[in-house]
Amino acid sequence: MSAIGRIIARLEVDPRLFGMLGALLVIWVGFDIASDGLFLTPRNLYNLSLQTASVAIMTIGMVMVIVTRQIDLSVGSLLGVLAMLMAVFQSRILPDHVFAYESAWIWPVTILFGIVCGIAIGGFHGWLIGYLGIPAFVVTLGGLLFWRGAAWWVTTGQTVSPLDERFELLGGGVFGTLGAQVGEWSSWLVGLIGIAALALGAARARRKRVTYGFPVRPIWAESIVTGIQCIVVLAFVTVMQAYEMPIVAANRFAEARGIPVPEDGIHIPEGIPIPILIVIALAIIFTVVLNRSRFGRYVYAIGGNPDAANLAGIDNRRMIFWVFVVMGLLTAISAAVASARLQSADNGLGTGDELRVIAAAVIGGTSLMGGIGTIGGAILGAVVIQSLQSGMTLLGADSSIQNMATAVVLVLAVFLDSLYQRRRKV
Amino acid sequence: MSTAALTNPAPTPVPARTPLVEMRNISVSFGGVRAVDDVTVDLFPGEVVGLLGHNGAGKSTLIKVLSGAYHSDAGQILIDGKPVQIASARDALNHHIETIYQNLALADNLDACANLFLGREELLGSGLLDESKMEDATRKVMGRLNPNFKNFHAPVSTLSGGQRQSVAIARTVHFNARILIMDEPTAALGVAETKVIHDLIRQLKKEGIGIFLISHDIHDVFDLADRITVMKNGKLVGTVKTKDVTQDEVLGMIILGKMPGTKTN
Repeated sequence: MSAIGRIIARLEVDPRLFGMLGALLVIWVGFDIASDGLFLTPRNLYNLSLQTASVAIMTIGMVMVIVTRQIDLSVGSLLGVLAMLMAVFQSRILPDHVFAYESAWIWPVTILFGIVCGIAIGGFHGWLIGYLGIPAFVVTLGGLLFWRGAAWWVTTGQTVSPLDERFELLGGGVFGTLGAQVGEWSSWLVGLIGIAALALGAARARRKRVTYGFPVRPIWAESIVTGIQCIVVLAFVTVMQAYEMPIVAANRFAEARGIPVPEDGIHIPEGIPIPILIVIALAIIFTVVLNRSRFGRYVYAIGGNPDAANLAGIDNRRMIFWVFVVMGLLTAISAAVASARLQSADNGLGTGDELRVIAAAVIGGTSLMGGIGTIGGAILGAVVIQSLQSGMTLLGADSSIQNMATAVVLVLAVFLDSLYQRRRKV
Repeated sequence: MSTAALTNPAPTPVPARTPLVEMRNISVSFGGVRAVDDVTVDLFPGEVVGLLGHNGAGKSTLIKVLSGAYHSDAGQILIDGKPVQIASARDALNHHIETIYQNLALADNLDACANLFLGREELLGSGLLDESKMEDATRKVMGRLNPNFKNFHAPVSTLSGGQRQSVAIARTVHFNARILIMDEPTAALGVAETKVIHDLIRQLKKEGIGIFLISHDIHDVFDLADRITVMKNGKLVGTVKTKDVTQDEVLGMIILGKMPGTKTN
């Protein structure tokens, strides 16, 4: 083992994580050089994060689906129909019959409605797959066709636009950020809370292991791992703070709030976009669910060995049902974010997303054989895919080329992963 | 002669104890096939009963009824003399029936602690897994059974066959098994590892655990079992005491389906 290999082993971090971060770094730097420094700018990275959000949210659910040896081909279509339902609900049904026009109640009630619909459809899929034993591939292939058709029927093909003003903040946009909605320093506060949580969490976990007398990582390894995590958090906040609200929008924003505007215009840092806050919150919640709860333990157990899980008293059918419920829930949130970003919903929204979501999970180390996969890895996978696409767009590459390049990366990632797995087995 | 004892059930040494388990007149059908046909077996505390028979003789099916994986179409299960319903793996576990399978037992992608507590995780007040408590218990029980075991956080797929089997056995020990079902426990193991498992089985026996041992290996069974039950084509051939029979007689039971001493026509 090389010296670096030894150090990585002592850190007790999955080497594949380093591989993925390395690949992402290469992609970013490569695009930055090729685009004469356009890629690694706050503006581009800010947009990149917004573009990743919708797929990243669904990827969280897809990891669970694939880990239990299932697949969901319907998420793109499901996103389409849920976005249409929410759009009609918030712009026609609620203002006409329930709340006043532009009421502050519209957006939360709309999201609740979308989530209920998503859970119902996901639960229906889960029931067909788990309890009736129809293969997930077939059920969700049917879902892919059915829900895309259903999306058209919601308005017989009309695009719904604009959406509720507050609802649109969920998509990010110019005003949908912590900087615009809460305050200039709020993103830093979130970052500091994150760092404090990381450091305290690491210290607490270590103290617990020491109390029980378990072996612990050397303190330097612990510090490096936690330190790197903190640096990533700080770098992210720095970049998001560095992107400022476009000057016209900022002036309008300042006037509306009665903030005095200086001669040369006002500078308002955008900070963390709301959809990214949603991604982070969901990623944390579901990582805890997967790694620290019974539900998550059973998700992995079923994927690793369904017979063993069953013999241990786990109800595999019920678990699969609930996994698809979660997938439906997350697709609904994703649909809200996606339509809010476009400030409209049409029946084509989310077309092809199922492939992006599955590709993101797989590039992020989720095994299609089941049992293996992490949410963090899958979200990194989503960032990789989106980086490739937006990088190539920046270079003026045609979308056909983008698809071909994404495909090559997908196959290459799985090939490298299988090489790694084979080497570890021997 | 053993023949007399078999043909004429002995009136004298009536066991004062009730059996730990009795499976009475169990039948299981798959489609039109009777995999198990009216089979009765029993097991006493601290006893090892070897279940022998060819592939397809029905021994695994019979035992899966006890472990809750299959449902019987007819028959009754008694534990401590009381009839019980075992409709699921969970029911079996609640009756302290633990099963060690040759290759089905572990989720390969999970580590030793996760496997040991699979289905019976310890929880914190918050409802989250109490991983420290589980790791602590795992380290303690593994320290007793296999002090060389070190890889508590590696997926069990990376462990040797013997280490995997010791994780499976640790599970039953930790959860105070009373009735242990072992399905080919040493089939995948080398000589040294097999010896470790044999020693473990003797130790469990001493602690009063009743063990059903399913095996192809007649030496394994003669080495460990107090009684031997033989099945053929789903039917019970008979049950004999290991010390009363020779290996050839048991082979005759397996191959011909005849009790020792009965004439082959």
